[in-house]
Amino acid sequence: MTGSSSWGITAVALVSIATLAIGAYGWRFSRTTSDFFVASRSVRPALNASAIGGEYLSAASFLGVAGLVLAFGTDMLWYPVGWTAGYLMLLVLVAAPLRRSGAYTLPDFAEMRLESRAVRRISSVLVVAIGWLYLMPQFQGAGLSLGSVAGTEPWVGGLIVAAVVLINVLAGGMRSITFVQAFQYWLKLTALLVPAMFLLAVWSGDGSAPPSDVVVPGDLPGDRWISPLSTGEHPLYTTYSIIVATFLGTMGLPHVVVRFYTNPDGRAARRTTLVVLGLLGLFYVLPPVYGALGRLYAPDLIAAGRTDAVVLELPSRMIAGIGGDLLSALTTAGAFAAFLSTSSGLTIAVAGVISQDVMGRRFRGVRAFQAGAVVAVAVPLFLAVVADGVGVARAVGLAFAVAASTFCPLLVLGIWWRRLTSVGAVAGVLVGGGLSGAAVVDTLLQNQHTGWTGVLLAQPAAWTVPSAFLTMIVVSLLTRRRLPVNVSRTMVRLHTPEAVELDRGPHPL
Amino acid sequence: MTSEPSPPRRVRITSPRAAAGRPQKVNVTSEIDAQTRLGEIYMSSLLRAQLRLAGLVIATLVVLVGGLPLLFLTFPALNDVELLGMPLPWVLLGFAAYPVLLLLGWLYVRAAERNERDFADVVERS
Repeated sequence: MTGSSSWGITAVALVSIATLAIGAYGWRFSRTTSDFFVASRSVRPALNASAIGGEYLSAASFLGVAGLVLAFGTDMLWYPVGWTAGYLMLLVLVAAPLRRSGAYTLPDFAEMRLESRAVRRISSVLVVAIGWLYLMPQFQGAGLSLGSVAGTEPWVGGLIVAAVVLINVLAGGMRSITFVQAFQYWLKLTALLVPAMFLLAVWSGDGSAPPSDVVVPGDLPGDRWISPLSTGEHPLYTTYSIIVATFLGTMGLPHVVVRFYTNPDGRAARRTTLVVLGLLGLFYVLPPVYGALGRLYAPDLIAAGRTDAVVLELPSRMIAGIGGDLLSALTTAGAFAAFLSTSSGLTIAVAGVISQDVMGRRFRGVRAFQAGAVVAVAVPLFLAVVADGVGVARAVGLAFAVAASTFCPLLVLGIWWRRLTSVGAVAGVLVGGGLSGAAVVDTLLQNQHTGWTGVLLAQPAAWTVPSAFLTMIVVSLLTRRRLPVNVSRTMVRLHTPEAVELDRGPHPL
Repeated sequence: MTSEPSPPRRVRITSPRAAAGRPQKVNVTSEIDAQTRLGEIYMSSLLRAQLRLAGLVIATLVVLVGGLPLLFLTFPALNDVELLGMPLPWVLLGFAAYPVLLLLGWLYVRAAERNERDFADVVERS
């Protein structure tokens, strides 16, 4: 174990140093507030797509999916499919209009479209809440990974990730993070692809036994593991709720949305999203391979409740000697890249909102942004230590459910339905956020329920998202006198191509 | 027609055919800027075209991908169909779904850019 742990520690150190070094390359370009928030809106689609991919593939994608597949089988493949399809929904519904809105953050967009400070304040609270809910499992995953390779306490890994992220964000903001995240996408892909090829070779050398033939004591029988809709209570509802949360939640994640403002124009925003779709599809083929092979070679992880560690431990279990240790070190490096990139993006998004809306008026400059970043990281780091035991992918899944129940209806109706009023938006966000937030709190407290109550609370999206949409539409129709004054001008700004010279109202920047 | 004699106003006389030959400058961008009825019509036609396109892509996604759980529920025998040594649901969800998503995205981007080009052509033709 000492040999493998020293390789693992070396891998973590190398990734951290590489992240800081590439970030430092970007520090030289970061001068203005615009650099810090949106990299001065000048990132080309290829670089930006790699950065978005790097940012989006979090601990849940890198560790969580394989762990879920190992434990629960086929139905869990819906998570990666849904996280990719979420980008398709984002592409067709919000990508170009969101970029054309010219706003910095989601609260900026909400205020611009609905011309209301109240909507802005509620959106700010939500961005911070979703960001923290999403940051917490990143830090937990980091603690788990470092504990797995080096036997450290759970909080050490989280602290290292938080420190590296803070240094980069404090020094370089969005501009330096863009380079870091683009690098991290390719690192993550390599870190899963190369070991997977070796593992598949070993597996076929062993006679390629199907994973479903394995009898795991105390766990699902193989035929139920391999069949869709055969695990848990009410699997059809659960599957469709996962579909709703992931398909619609992506567009409401604050760190995903903030990336769109770094595109030069609406057309580039669309093309970037298309490249992201390809990059995500390429990546998401790999984690289920680890989950399936894990059932053959590491079934004891299921009983131990450590399925999230399967990606980290599988290579050294399947391949003896230094080769396996090196491959395990590679997946550990990829996992740390996942924590670092996602946490960086989330920290930027949350820090932007905190510095603009909590620390006083807009554009108090770089200092406010940096102070915001410290707060953005400290709270979820604390939560990660306290709320132990909620699976990485579960916690991220809840963040998606909240985003789908709040920002998704706000964005979709705000962009495509001119009769949305600020009262309707507030009502819908409160209903969607309240219902899904209650389900989140219930899960974090780890209450036990049986029957439909438990199922509905574990996967709330299928009923909270329609409630939010319905509330927004009904209340808007009831308050149709309170239509925003400049809604026509805003629609021109959101939907017309930039090449056409039109009056789009005052530019917010 | 008044009784006071005044010098006759100069009147510019042009052939009606010449006026027809020279089209009047109708600038749609200014109509949109002034938020006239006409401008609103142009805007809502762009919005409707883009929304129809988005709806089409989403409907295809819902049928092709969103229909899979119902398909698996209705035909449990699909699980016994093996493709490349894996049960069909694994092949569909683990591999086949991603190229479909990418293809839908590619078709969408092409069509959305075409809608915008059409809008720009109409609006700037003046």
